[in-house]
Amino acid sequence: MTARTFTGARVVDPASGTDKVANVTVEGGVVTEVGGAVHGERVDADGLVLAPGLVDLHTHLREPGRDDAETVASGTAAAAAGGFTAVCAMANTDPVCDHAGVVEQVLRLARDAGHADVFPVGAVTKGLAGDDLAEIGAMAAVGVRCFSDDGHPVRSARVMRRALAYARTWDAVIANHAEEASLTEDAQLNEGEVAGLLGLAGWPREAEEVMVARDLILAAGLGARLHVPHVSTRGTVDLVRAAKARGVRVTAEVTPHHLSLTDEAATGYDPVFKVNPPLRTADDVAAVRAGLADGTIDAVATDHAPHAPEQKEQEWGQAPCGMLGLETALAVTLTDLVDTGTVGLARALDALSTAPARSRDLAGHGGPIVAGAPATLVLFDPAATWTVDPAASRSRSRNTPFAGRRLRGRVVHTLLRGRFTFRDGQVV
Amino acid sequence: MTREHLLGIDDLTADEVTTILDTAAGLADVAARPIKKVPVLRGRTVCNLFYEDSTRTRISFELAAKRLSADVLNFSARGSSVSKGESLKDTALTLEAMGVDAIVIRHSMSGAPRQLTRWVGAKVVNAGDGAHQHPTQALLDLYTIRAHLGRIEGLRVAVCGDIEHSRVARSLVQALTLLGAEVTLVGPPTLLPLHAATWGVTVSHDLDAVLPKLDVLYLLRVQSERMHRQHFPSAREYARIWGVDRDRMARLPEGAIVLHPGPMNRGVEVSADVADAHARVITDQVRNGIAVRMAVLYLLLGGEEAA
Repeated sequence: MTARTFTGARVVDPASGTDKVANVTVEGGVVTEVGGAVHGERVDADGLVLAPGLVDLHTHLREPGRDDAETVASGTAAAAAGGFTAVCAMANTDPVCDHAGVVEQVLRLARDAGHADVFPVGAVTKGLAGDDLAEIGAMAAVGVRCFSDDGHPVRSARVMRRALAYARTWDAVIANHAEEASLTEDAQLNEGEVAGLLGLAGWPREAEEVMVARDLILAAGLGARLHVPHVSTRGTVDLVRAAKARGVRVTAEVTPHHLSLTDEAATGYDPVFKVNPPLRTADDVAAVRAGLADGTIDAVATDHAPHAPEQKEQEWGQAPCGMLGLETALAVTLTDLVDTGTVGLARALDALSTAPARSRDLAGHGGPIVAGAPATLVLFDPAATWTVDPAASRSRSRNTPFAGRRLRGRVVHTLLRGRFTFRDGQVV
Repeated sequence: MTREHLLGIDDLTADEVTTILDTAAGLADVAARPIKKVPVLRGRTVCNLFYEDSTRTRISFELAAKRLSADVLNFSARGSSVSKGESLKDTALTLEAMGVDAIVIRHSMSGAPRQLTRWVGAKVVNAGDGAHQHPTQALLDLYTIRAHLGRIEGLRVAVCGDIEHSRVARSLVQALTLLGAEVTLVGPPTLLPLHAATWGVTVSHDLDAVLPKLDVLYLLRVQSERMHRQHFPSAREYARIWGVDRDRMARLPEGAIVLHPGPMNRGVEVSADVADAHARVITDQVRNGIAVRMAVLYLLLGGEEAA
């Protein structure tokens, strides 16, 4: 591989605390020089931001099982287009990713596609059923760092406690979908004024918060690693903040949609806005933004959840939960968080790359951008505005809640170990 | 009325509600004629699309459309392709291709009528969707109240029972407050929406305290399913605290009326003797329902030239 130098970019590297305009030279899959002269091919990056490739902790690639909605190839193409170089693929596939065989299948599909590194998340329990532990050790042996029954909360405190303890063997992370199911039977939308008017059964915040509280107590007692996915309420932010202050080994993520949308979006009953946990209120949005700004919430994670059109074109009460996110996460973060002054650009990129990579020990991702480090990078135009067009998505599905929204920040190039996965607006 | 659809009371202005009620009054005497028909919707087709059993509402809409001389199709989810798994969207497109002018839809899921409007050009009338809205029920209730008490503005109305799960309550409260009535919601906290205070109403858990100040007491059906989900412990306890029997009736001021959207649970929200004593108002509600639905169909469809 010959040398290539990106010239004139603003290098923002949260891992090394860098924020400066500098040339970045890449050769043989690694960064060879930052701030030097032009070597080899020159790629004009004047006006672009150059940052570590984005890392998504929460992606549904749907394969195996629902390749009508997404495949490993289409989902990782969407990831590359969104500036992501790594995605953590959730275990709720069919068959469930609860044994090493499915892990290896997903890894092989990802290698064949080559658009992004995929880190499969293993199931905590067999079949996501919540009863018997999956073979966590066998999956850890093929590289799994995080276990989750995503979408299916581990109901039993005993099973959850055992899983947290057992995973300590590998210092692996347990991510528990925080939902006390007895409080969300039939629930359709955040319990509040909007659901009350729409006649949709309320989805109380307490359902999330009692589960987070339980898990924090269990993790604290064991010194185990807990990850709280898609934080959606003020109460959860407060619980995680207090736990971190006590030294509990907890990390947390928030989705772009919970950072930017409220339950008001549901007033037209378009199921594209139906998601789990549900969109909350402006007060909750303010709280998760503040939590992201002060580091209580470590990462922005997409919960990219593709659904085939006929699944979403149903009655609200029947439609499945979930939204696309990979191609809009960066621009939503820039538009709704950086432009509003909630977080600076460096913290935004930390939350999209460095912090999530660190929270799962994903070596080779999240920076730093220094000589000798893998050239796993994103270059985006922070000034470019664009309008979200579902038809243009690289995903197999179209269920973006941001259709028609004008966003700032467009990905220009994505590189995985020196190789373009997305170049000049095209998936490579 | 220039509306495309009637999806909920929150779509309407106070003037539009009054127009509907006045139009219904004009159409009410069609029922008294030897030939109970006027030709205003001749050549128009109204489809009753019912995804949920409801004999009385469907028959009421059917009679209303027929008295306006419209052709009526009854499409029920049972015994049609719907039970074979056809989506709401495909059913909508089929009806659209058949050229129906209006679709009257009843659905167990909130929002289905609104979703239907995305796929059809026909006028959509909500005949009850989930726990959302049942606008023609509220309109016929207002019509009935106005017929008995002469006005809506300034009346003191209590709506008692399962407000949280009731589409009737949502429509009725909006219609009453829109026209200036003072509304109190009464029931156990487990059956009242958490944010009811934002509806412009008073909330009470004490029916006995509320009764002496009322012009209208509106009782809602309490489904036994709620009891099984721990909203209250037993039908007997509910009846004791929030049910209306003869003793409670005695606390109502002279001239106050009692309404119920039917079907009644005798012995739960209302005792048998009270139900019988107030049967006249309740059968008035049924009769008025036809006139109000005629008015809604006429105002939505009558503005255009029939083919």
